[in-house]
Amino acid sequence: MLNEEVRNQFPILDQEVNGHSLVYLDSAATSQKPQQVIDVMNSYYSGYNSNVHRGVHTLGTRATEGYEGSREKVKNFINANSTKECIFVRGTTTAINTVAHSYGREHLSEGDEIVLTKMEHHSNIIPWQQVAKLTGAKLKYLPLQEDGTISLDDVRTAVTSNTKIVAMTHVSNVLGTINPIKEVAQIAHDNDAVIVVDGAQAVPHMKVDVQDLEVDFYAFSGHKMCGPTGIGVLYGKQSLLENMEPVEFGGEMIDFVDLHDSTWKELPWKFEGGTPIIAGAVGLGAAIDFLEEIGMEAIEKHEEEVVHYAIEQMEKIDGITIYGPKERAGLVTFNLDDVHPHDTATALDSLGIAVRAGHHCAQPLMKELQATATARASFYLYNSKQDVDLLVDGLRKTKEYFGDVF
Amino acid sequence: MSFNNLDTLYRQVIMDHYKTPRNKGKLEGDHITVELNNPTCGDRIDLQLKVEDGVVQDAKFEGEGCSISMASASMMTQVIIGKSVDDAVKISHMFSEMMLGHEVDTSEYKLEDLGDIQALQGVSKFPARIKCATLAWKAMEQGVEKEQ
Repeated sequence: MLNEEVRNQFPILDQEVNGHSLVYLDSAATSQKPQQVIDVMNSYYSGYNSNVHRGVHTLGTRATEGYEGSREKVKNFINANSTKECIFVRGTTTAINTVAHSYGREHLSEGDEIVLTKMEHHSNIIPWQQVAKLTGAKLKYLPLQEDGTISLDDVRTAVTSNTKIVAMTHVSNVLGTINPIKEVAQIAHDNDAVIVVDGAQAVPHMKVDVQDLEVDFYAFSGHKMCGPTGIGVLYGKQSLLENMEPVEFGGEMIDFVDLHDSTWKELPWKFEGGTPIIAGAVGLGAAIDFLEEIGMEAIEKHEEEVVHYAIEQMEKIDGITIYGPKERAGLVTFNLDDVHPHDTATALDSLGIAVRAGHHCAQPLMKELQATATARASFYLYNSKQDVDLLVDGLRKTKEYFGDVF
Repeated sequence: MSFNNLDTLYRQVIMDHYKTPRNKGKLEGDHITVELNNPTCGDRIDLQLKVEDGVVQDAKFEGEGCSISMASASMMTQVIIGKSVDDAVKISHMFSEMMLGHEVDTSEYKLEDLGDIQALQGVSKFPARIKCATLAWKAMEQGVEKEQ
């Protein structure tokens, strides 16, 4: 288990909420930031804020080094083959939209299929719906098995020669399911399709190696991995990115501009129109340093212990429904009988415990689970078994309270 | 018990409306239907109104959501049945002000005349829950607008 020292590096966690010590269990929505990331961003703004790639002056050079240095860190962190394959974007949503509107519009036509799962976040559904409307392609959903996983046999049946794109989350933000991306990528490739992976809930929590997974596109967000909001990464295989058109045009991404036509910069900059997210990238670099100092394997192991303990303790509560498979990432989605999840979340908040309630941006999955809403506790490297105990105690009190008023 | 502050939000009368909602169901015959969702959390109300000669003759609702949203819907139907459309909208505005924690204009209606909805006053102290309380009222306002 990671110790208290890790938690102490997150200043925000040292506060009282509604008269109780804060227990933050909403890291799947956004993670908290360690002092070291906050400091690096501060020193960027107070020391070398400047635009990148064009200033001849000293600050411009330092900003460029900071920005491109972070790209190098991203490349190593996910084991991309080159920094050309790591595009800075606003977040996972923008990354997937970029693939959909560039690669998707170029390669899809009437009768083609996009295969996805029923556990996708809206950000890995709606871009494909939109592209399908524009191109006449069809969406095909893999069924969800009873335990909240997908079966590779179903993937083999669903992916055919008509399939051009397989869009899949690495880790479900609701069920915690870890999908067999490497195997699915293989099936996609056997059918000459590409695979686009939503890695928002994976990269912060486990070692991700894009070359080992053999994925074509992989998207993730900085703010869920101890970094700032507004920065994320689109990884794409160089051979694919080279042949794709940008989706945003303007400053920063051009080579030559003429009155009637223009040419683009080389990778990765042709996809980074406008003044880039410099402070965000610098902050993401600091977050990667922080995570690597602790080690992704240690983080994964820590979360595994916390989540197993959470399930074991939560299962003891009468009238609780826990969604998702046994083997899962560090989150638990649940409902208490006869207590609406909003009411659960409000009751827990009054005890200083922050959980998420709602549909978690996965309405099709909620329908599948036959729940209009659920509550979710999600864990990260700063959470402990003691946080789980407080949650379980809070849930018992919530049950009692709503039982009493009835 | 450490939940004392919750009692401001979850008053007995709210829980009573949640557990035994008034006017829950479907209206027969001619009526207006409004379906509204709270997209951020999945609360849903299906409100049916019968308006004749500018008066709300009857109202029923179906839906799913938290205790606050469903209790508010139940209380809302109770208050507006028999009121003129103008008065129903006025009361809805009073309710919005109440939710925002603003001083409520009581020149025409006193809060105590509005029955159980006073119990929802505590919601204003829980900003994240105000949308739950106002969903049914928004549906009602849209419904009577349709009629006019």
